[in-house]
Amino acid sequence: MEHRAALEDLLFRMADDALIYGHRNSEWTGLAPILEEDIAFSSIAQDKLGHALALYTMLGQLGHPDPDTLAFTRQERQFRCCHLVELPTQDYAVALMRHALFDYAERNRYRLLEQSSFAPLAALAQKVRGEIKYHTFHASTWLRLLGREGTDESRARMQAALEMLFPYALGIFEPSRYEDELRASGIFAGEEELRQRWLDEIIPLLEEAGYRVPPLDSVQPCYGGRSGYHTEHLQPLLDEMTAVFRIDPSAEW
Amino acid sequence: MRAMDVITTDAVWAALEQVHDPEIPALSIVDMGIVTALDVTPDCITVTITPTFVGCPALEMIKDAIRTRLADLPIERVEVVVDYSTPWSTNRMTERGRAALASLGFAPPPRFDGEFEPEILLNAKCPNCGSTNTTLQSPFGPALCRAIYYCNDCRQAFEQFKPL
Repeated sequence: MEHRAALEDLLFRMADDALIYGHRNSEWTGLAPILEEDIAFSSIAQDKLGHALALYTMLGQLGHPDPDTLAFTRQERQFRCCHLVELPTQDYAVALMRHALFDYAERNRYRLLEQSSFAPLAALAQKVRGEIKYHTFHASTWLRLLGREGTDESRARMQAALEMLFPYALGIFEPSRYEDELRASGIFAGEEELRQRWLDEIIPLLEEAGYRVPPLDSVQPCYGGRSGYHTEHLQPLLDEMTAVFRIDPSAEW
Repeated sequence: MRAMDVITTDAVWAALEQVHDPEIPALSIVDMGIVTALDVTPDCITVTITPTFVGCPALEMIKDAIRTRLADLPIERVEVVVDYSTPWSTNRMTERGRAALASLGFAPPPRFDGEFEPEILLNAKCPNCGSTNTTLQSPFGPALCRAIYYCNDCRQAFEQFKPL
């Protein structure tokens, strides 16, 4: 198949983002500040794991092992997720701000992929469109409630989260060495196009919700994740996520 | 199997109407609108389904339930194919399915033209008293496909099947 390496690189980025972000969201199950939020983060986690499963299944059809093997047996250096999704969140403001920054990028990525020349990816993109609307709806509701409609404390905590996370969010769009090929083949419009669309949407949204967006030229994006160089937080996450699987990899569930 | 035992497509649809959604057992998969194609040949039935949500945990159970139900029919093979190319929408749900939801105390999903916007969630009708004086508590509920509400008139919590 033509453009195989470029396509696989894109699918691994997306699948690993969804898996790791989904796992981080699932950490709020039973612990979120209110019951509705507990359910919301658990539901979003379930959706993201569904997206990861669909993407790993596509990789399986391209000759890779089954989804469980891809999710649970690869080494840290083989993961292609961005640093944003790896960060642990003890602070709910950080969890909500990351949710907004990441899911608005996901929404724009899948919108671009609705036109993908790789038909299975275009079909998945059309399918998840409605699901991601609920994710961005949830995120934008909380941006507003804790921002313009919130208290001094809620605004300050969300603003601090934004400033801490913004360099990581820009790391979502770390270019790959396949950008030209992805564009030319019509598989994907590329990370730069995505970054621009994301900025066009997220900056007005954040400003209308009452936050100050750090000037872009003052921010150094956190790159490395897309080529397998991760923060110190990924390995402990993988250890925990795979603990049960490693007890007996051949177990039937 | 004897050659004269020809299975009709109608008979297979009737059998599929007895396969239920494991999360809402009053609802058949046909009324849910998740069966997108049915192909019946003398030696194989192929049922194509489209998942409600990509991460729906009931999908494997539904596939097994289809195979189990159709195994009663005198045919050699049953194939269940999952295909996103016809994306599921709550607009695919039948009137009978919507009535079944209402009878269980769920608000049926609102119908929409073109593409839905999540703001459509804000106007739900209470399935207990019919009031529209209701408040969305959370767009996420006990299953991926359900949202949680509170009725300000009869003061009961209820769930609406989410438009998608």
